[in-house]
Amino acid sequence: MSRRGRLGWNTLGVVLLALLAFPVFWMVSTAFKNNDQINSYDPVWLPGHPMLGHFRDAMHRPYFWTDVKNSVIVVLATVVISLAISFFAALALAKYRFTGRKLFIVLVIGIQMLPQAGLIIPLYVVLAKHGEVNKLSGLILVYLTFALPFCVWTLRGFLLGIPKDLEEAAMVDGSSRLGAFVRILLPLVAPGLVATSVFAFITSWNEFIFANTILHDDQHRTITVFLSLMYGGARFVDWGAIMAASTLIAIPVVIFFLLVQRRIAFGLTAGAVKG
Amino acid sequence: MTGRAFAGASVPYLLVLPVVAVLGAILGYPIYDLVRLSLQKYDLFALLQHHGVSVGLHNFGSVLHDPVFWHTLLRTVVFTVVNVGLTIVGGTLIALLLVRVSTWVRLLLTVGLVLVWAMPQVVAIQVWAWMTNSNNGVLNYILTELHVGNYFQHNWYETTFSQYAMVTTLIVWGALPFVAIAVYAALAQVPHELVEAAQIDGARGWRVFKDVTLPVLMPLLLILTSLSIIWDFGAFTQPYLLIGPGQQVQSNYLMSTYLYVEGYGRTDFGRGAAISLLMLAIVALLSVVYVRQMLRVGEEQ
Repeated sequence: MSRRGRLGWNTLGVVLLALLAFPVFWMVSTAFKNNDQINSYDPVWLPGHPMLGHFRDAMHRPYFWTDVKNSVIVVLATVVISLAISFFAALALAKYRFTGRKLFIVLVIGIQMLPQAGLIIPLYVVLAKHGEVNKLSGLILVYLTFALPFCVWTLRGFLLGIPKDLEEAAMVDGSSRLGAFVRILLPLVAPGLVATSVFAFITSWNEFIFANTILHDDQHRTITVFLSLMYGGARFVDWGAIMAASTLIAIPVVIFFLLVQRRIAFGLTAGAVKG
Repeated sequence: MTGRAFAGASVPYLLVLPVVAVLGAILGYPIYDLVRLSLQKYDLFALLQHHGVSVGLHNFGSVLHDPVFWHTLLRTVVFTVVNVGLTIVGGTLIALLLVRVSTWVRLLLTVGLVLVWAMPQVVAIQVWAWMTNSNNGVLNYILTELHVGNYFQHNWYETTFSQYAMVTTLIVWGALPFVAIAVYAALAQVPHELVEAAQIDGARGWRVFKDVTLPVLMPLLLILTSLSIIWDFGAFTQPYLLIGPGQQVQSNYLMSTYLYVEGYGRTDFGRGAAISLLMLAIVALLSVVYVRQMLRVGEEQ
């Protein structure tokens, strides 16, 4: 490629990067500005003297930590339960051929395609009938419906990646097939388990629709609902605190995402891209 | 069949049993309940009493005779087509750009893409609300400074069209990275020799892309497109929060906000259930392509 051609593409690439990343930059930069800088009509691009006041404000808002705690409880329970039971189903899909296998795969993929909004009413009514509305346990049940199919499908991919010889070597030793998996292959799929659980963590941490529908009072909210409620109602919108809270909520997700992105991003398109 | 072999045959069923049982209880039962609800008058009172009054197909009739339903469906289809089109075309263009830039630009751009991808939805919505607020949103400032027009204290949430311009920008921005990175990975599969052969034959730019690159990308683009259609057709959080929970009205409903406000918000669960079923049926039809493609891929492995 000609030098000038490359220069042109590079310029385009840098401009695009600036456009795409601007909202993220603007969030972080706003969180560190003082209120005069935030409220001025001419934008102040960088805070001259970064201040932590908005972070303190956000964290001292009523229920911030309660809602963080709620989110952590819901997310951990969802991840642990769904991982524990989906592992076995993934094993069945990856290593056995059986009647009904195809139907099960259609179920697993199909459920992931259901629009969440379409399930608000039935899930809400059923939870209400069983007294599970406004309880974290009700929300955990809802999250399992989405986490389970995802975990089954992704773990299946990781299990497929294990070489057959290892499995056979284990069986020659006289172990039963299941025994071989548990003792020899479990350590091999550990990275897959970690990646899958991190991804399930991110999805549940970010979820808004059901958290907003099922949990009603201040003590029982998750952090995304907390963030959504920071805006609105007040005559004066405290953008500094909102951006500080946004940054705080995004940080764990970004860190986790960077860790597993490469491993898991293609679960949804598995096979369409080889390699 | 020996006892041992029989036990072996039942192993996969025992393995999938827990998942099937849990999904049946927490998803199968509600979906069964959804069908029942749709045939009842089921309001807050009925919810407290735990049973509604059967009304036959009245809910479906009332929804299908409601012009708001048809307007909402049409708006949702247009919204989906625009969002999916911009996402897929934009993402593919970014992937093609990634191939052409120097390594350091590619590295920076990839980091930027992953950062955008990782932004939680609600966080992105708040940032967008801040950037586009009418008092001193940075978007108004930039557009005014670039002499696009006078956007001083311009309110982007005044008309339905403008509201959805904002929602679309937000959704496409968030969806571009996934498409760009997936397509970029697939571009590595395009055989170099084929591209060179086509170029020797005198093919340039668009022709090479259409005749050599596109056929290789096709299976992936098919999956990405059907996924995006399903996601955007059911979009809820962005329109609901960015336009505002209190600003969801007949003139700006999407399917998801329509059923949320009319079913859940007004505690008319029977009618809401009917709308949900209609929406689920449409999405099920749309998903057929994706599920079939994934199934084929799943069986090949």
